[in-house]
Amino acid sequence: MTIDLTDKDDPVTQVTSTLPTDGAAAGTHRLSQLDALESEAIHIFREVAAEFERPVLLFSGGKDSVVMLHLATKAFWPAPVPFPVMHVDTGHNFPEVLAYRDATADRLRLRLEVQRVQDYIDDGRLRERADGTRNPLQTQPLLDGIAEHRFDAVFGGGRRDEEKARAKERVFSLRDEFGSWDPRNQRPELWNLYNGRHRPGEHVRVFPLSNWTELDVWQYIAREGIDLPGLYYASEREVFERDGMLLAVGPFSQPREGETVETRLVRYRTVGDMSCTGAVESDARDVEAVIAEVAATRITERGATRADDRISEAAMEDRKKEGYF
Amino acid sequence: MSAQTVETIRTSTLLRLATAGSVDDGKSTLVGRLLFDSKSVLADQIEAVERVSRDRGLETADLALLTDGLRSEREQGITIDVAYRYFATAHRAFILADCPGHVQYTRNTVTGASTADALVLLIDARKGLLEQTRRHLAVASLLRVPHIVVAVNKIDLVDYSQERYEELAAEIRATAASLGVADVHPLPVSALVGDNVVDRLGNTPWYEGPTLLELLESLPTADEPDVESFRFPVQLAIRPQGAAISEEYRDYRGYAGQVASGVVRVGDPVVVLPSGRRTTVEGIDTADGTLDEAFAPQSVTLRLADEVDVSRGDLIAAADDAPEVTQDVEGMVAWLGDGTLRPGATVLLKHTTRTVRAKVKDVVGRLDLDAAELVSADELALNDIGRVTLRLASPIAAEEYVVARRTGAFLLIDAHDGMTLAAGMVGDALAAVRHGDLTASYAI
Repeated sequence: MTIDLTDKDDPVTQVTSTLPTDGAAAGTHRLSQLDALESEAIHIFREVAAEFERPVLLFSGGKDSVVMLHLATKAFWPAPVPFPVMHVDTGHNFPEVLAYRDATADRLRLRLEVQRVQDYIDDGRLRERADGTRNPLQTQPLLDGIAEHRFDAVFGGGRRDEEKARAKERVFSLRDEFGSWDPRNQRPELWNLYNGRHRPGEHVRVFPLSNWTELDVWQYIAREGIDLPGLYYASEREVFERDGMLLAVGPFSQPREGETVETRLVRYRTVGDMSCTGAVESDARDVEAVIAEVAATRITERGATRADDRISEAAMEDRKKEGYF
Repeated sequence: MSAQTVETIRTSTLLRLATAGSVDDGKSTLVGRLLFDSKSVLADQIEAVERVSRDRGLETADLALLTDGLRSEREQGITIDVAYRYFATAHRAFILADCPGHVQYTRNTVTGASTADALVLLIDARKGLLEQTRRHLAVASLLRVPHIVVAVNKIDLVDYSQERYEELAAEIRATAASLGVADVHPLPVSALVGDNVVDRLGNTPWYEGPTLLELLESLPTADEPDVESFRFPVQLAIRPQGAAISEEYRDYRGYAGQVASGVVRVGDPVVVLPSGRRTTVEGIDTADGTLDEAFAPQSVTLRLADEVDVSRGDLIAAADDAPEVTQDVEGMVAWLGDGTLRPGATVLLKHTTRTVRAKVKDVVGRLDLDAAELVSADELALNDIGRVTLRLASPIAAEEYVVARRTGAFLLIDAHDGMTLAAGMVGDALAAVRHGDLTASYAI
């Protein structure tokens, strides 16, 4: 058996301008895929709000966390979202995304806690890595933030379709007092009866988007008219190529010798740490164009844009065991 | 990425699948094949599999590597934990819980089966039905998985023999019938070469049925709101008061939850359990506006006509068709804990959104999965399934699992360390398994 990587007969993606119809059309009593996923996520938010003392939602301004927060506003309407949001700022985040983060928290009148990797580097608790990437350094500030505020449930935007270790994750995922994930000793998760019981010092990571795919997220963004940071849409940007990725020229990602800067039409599929998050060539300037692109793509979003996930076959599993998301 | 287009995703439905099988029957390969042939695997994932396969000296890519995600799984070449996979066709999106086949990990099959609309069970055409196949069928029957698909795999290794396949298909149908499985679909496949999974390669011209993917696209989902009774476990009361997002909602009071079964319309008479107070539905709200009706599994907020006392853990049900409330529960439990379950133990019982203390009054017996019979036992150990009687500290609105999957299911939880000890099913879930009298009329 050989595997042919060329697209022999990729389906033609039809983009239509019609607005999505409500899947709960009268008489059918069948939920569409997006409505079923939305209902499941809302159920999860309400379970956590009812059973935990101090939940928090991890909010970076990235599309998954934006969709998560949007679902939370729906779950508790017409009451406000009953928990604060937290962000672990690597110090290399895109300024545009940070501005979006702050404006969103303001608009929804949410308390925003920020844990700063830069503070840890400045006072010596963490050291800069040789490769310059700060994503693995987020774990300690994250765990400290959870401990300091005694958060007992932490919502994350992780999806099981992202990565092989994440495919094994529960919706309610217990973390021990060191924040560690033990993939071989997870609680069975039966029906929609989530077990959030934990001992003092332990906490539960909760993933309302577990069953969503990247395409579902984008379809939902389009359907709900959710506003995102502009980086997700194509525009002319100054980039240089490194390890097969296109990195934007900025304060934390300067071209080295031999790397040439070009202006290309690019967008971001993920908006993490600037030093290790790559752009992709794209002419998708709006949400419908992005959906068409995602539907036809041949590379996973992490494979395309995250240098830190390329370190080893088990990079994500190792980081998750240490307490990373 | 997938065969889904922008147009179809908005109308397609979701089918939840679980896989089960024995060690080495090629389950991970089948799942890998399903993902690969339905174009749900992306180029960088395939490159990674090819690279690792080459490094191990394999001549062809090992598709099982697509699903075995944990380091220890790849090292041992086995699947340890349930992995979730996502793929889609032009007609439908699938969530697939890939469950390990080792007998010591039966709990994972119970986990996968609990949410499944359909179970895909693998057998090796050379080995036929094993003890474990029968156990998996019994578990699927007990958990009321609506559809069972039996993939007779490695058909290439029996020279695509029609005779062998017919023999196994007859045995599968007979075994399934004896265990009360109403809806079973055998089919011949070769996961390794990819025959009858997504494509027909022409090696089994005598087989005229659908391919695995065609079959999965055509199965109905488990929810049948139109024939079920209305049940709505209350998750929480929404009373924003001064914090309301706008002044008009300052006095809002609604009850948030997910419809567990059936349909509710504005004006319907309902009863709140366990109190028994009656009222009517005044409004059905969502953040997107009010609805005239809601059905399973929608998440909505109900407003009630009278100021009745309602809180988390209560069940709002159709007034003329409400379940009984009781403090005495008899049911089947699949024991998932490391210790043993003995009479006298005190545990927590979680049923819908209500958690109560429960005392184990009696272990009635243990299920012999091979004979599908209850045998005498006074305790249950890991992976045992048995019947127990429980006394609860406060009443629940329990229903027979065979007629109501969501309001008949419960968990037993260790009050001390919080571990999930057992998956429970109210009532005599065994009766249908034992007598083979299950009909397709039950609801989830």
